[in-house]
Amino acid sequence: MAGTVPVALSVNGQEIAAEVEPRTLLVAFLREHLGLTGTHVGCDTSQCGACVVHLDGRSVKSCTLLTVQADGRAVTTIEGLGTPEKLHPMQAAFNEHHGLQCGFCTPGMIMSAVDFAGRHPDPTPLEVREWLEGNICRCTGYHNIVASVEAGARAMAKD
Amino acid sequence: MYAFDYHKPRTLAEAAELLSTHPEARLLAGGMTLLPTLKQRLASPSDLIDLAGMPDLAGIEVTGSEVRIGAMTTHATVAHSAEIIAKLPALAALAESIGDPQVRHRGTIGGSISNADPAADYPAAIVGLGATVITDRREIAADDFFTAMFETALQPGEIVRQVRFPIPQAAGYAKFPNPASRYAVVGAFVARTANGVRVAITGAGPSVFRLADMEAALSASFTPAAIGGIAVPADDLNTDPHASAGYRAHLIGVMTARAITFALEH
Repeated sequence: MAGTVPVALSVNGQEIAAEVEPRTLLVAFLREHLGLTGTHVGCDTSQCGACVVHLDGRSVKSCTLLTVQADGRAVTTIEGLGTPEKLHPMQAAFNEHHGLQCGFCTPGMIMSAVDFAGRHPDPTPLEVREWLEGNICRCTGYHNIVASVEAGARAMAKD
Repeated sequence: MYAFDYHKPRTLAEAAELLSTHPEARLLAGGMTLLPTLKQRLASPSDLIDLAGMPDLAGIEVTGSEVRIGAMTTHATVAHSAEIIAKLPALAALAESIGDPQVRHRGTIGGSISNADPAADYPAAIVGLGATVITDRREIAADDFFTAMFETALQPGEIVRQVRFPIPQAAGYAKFPNPASRYAVVGAFVARTANGVRVAITGAGPSVFRLADMEAALSASFTPAAIGGIAVPADDLNTDPHASAGYRAHLIGVMTARAITFALEH
């Protein structure tokens, strides 16, 4: 049984070919094989959303996805959004509106928010709060996160 | 997670062949229940057979009388389908109420009903609408499909292909969600059809069940007031840290009334 199997996927626009065990979770592949440690493991039970990445443009929890399930598909992580010199509009909005305290949940929050904003260019605070059902923050009380996502969505729409 | 071998068949026949040659294999749909189960080492299948390699298993088809949903169709796809929102808005609303957005991007109707979690939402719609489950072998009527807690009429190796929901005159779903998981503490699906009214309850007992006395009362008068005097016995209902059996019995009346209101307004 087991051994490794070949996978080929796009990660942040780069074609990756690798050998993985079938049980390797996508989050482990990203962090441990590719060194992309911006994607965090929080609860490890698909509830907290710290591990959210995009799979073919839709937000998913990478702690509950096998790497083999992403074979042939496109993955985007927080590292694929912007750079310290040129932040993605959603990252800039979290900075501007101070949408974080410790920052642990932030990569997942931003990846989730970017997926949402792509379909809700001018969201209400209620729509933002409903969407963030799957992202838990233990510091902020969410107020500034909601303000960040509203502003980020509008900035993305303008971009 | 224990090690396993992984397969991604391209046809149902290939999947069935893999299941017969690997008796300890499990089917993988969206993985929203199976992968957490494996991570907790509560199961150790020798093989996973991923159903994502068959495009025919996903998709929505709406005919004059039915909504047909492929087994691998995600909750998000059902929730956002313009055709389902138009023809069966209660089903779209139910799908939108499952878990969170990321779970809805992965979780599937076939996976949900095959797992048959007693607090899952879809079983209420299957039984409430009198749907038909199409497998690779046969058609199974809703009332025969869910047999016990986490148990269905599916035989070993049998694969769900599609669910066919008859389009009702009106329908509604309401649930009291667990605040953390969004599973139903109690969920009620109500449908008014040419053959009378059906009421199906999830989350309250070991498996989804119908309420004959409410169905009779609502067939006479499809209003929330019609069920006001009907007491639900708590005897066979679940008690857990989230709610007592008595509280669940109370919630059944409240959620059913809200489902009727949704049906009347949509």
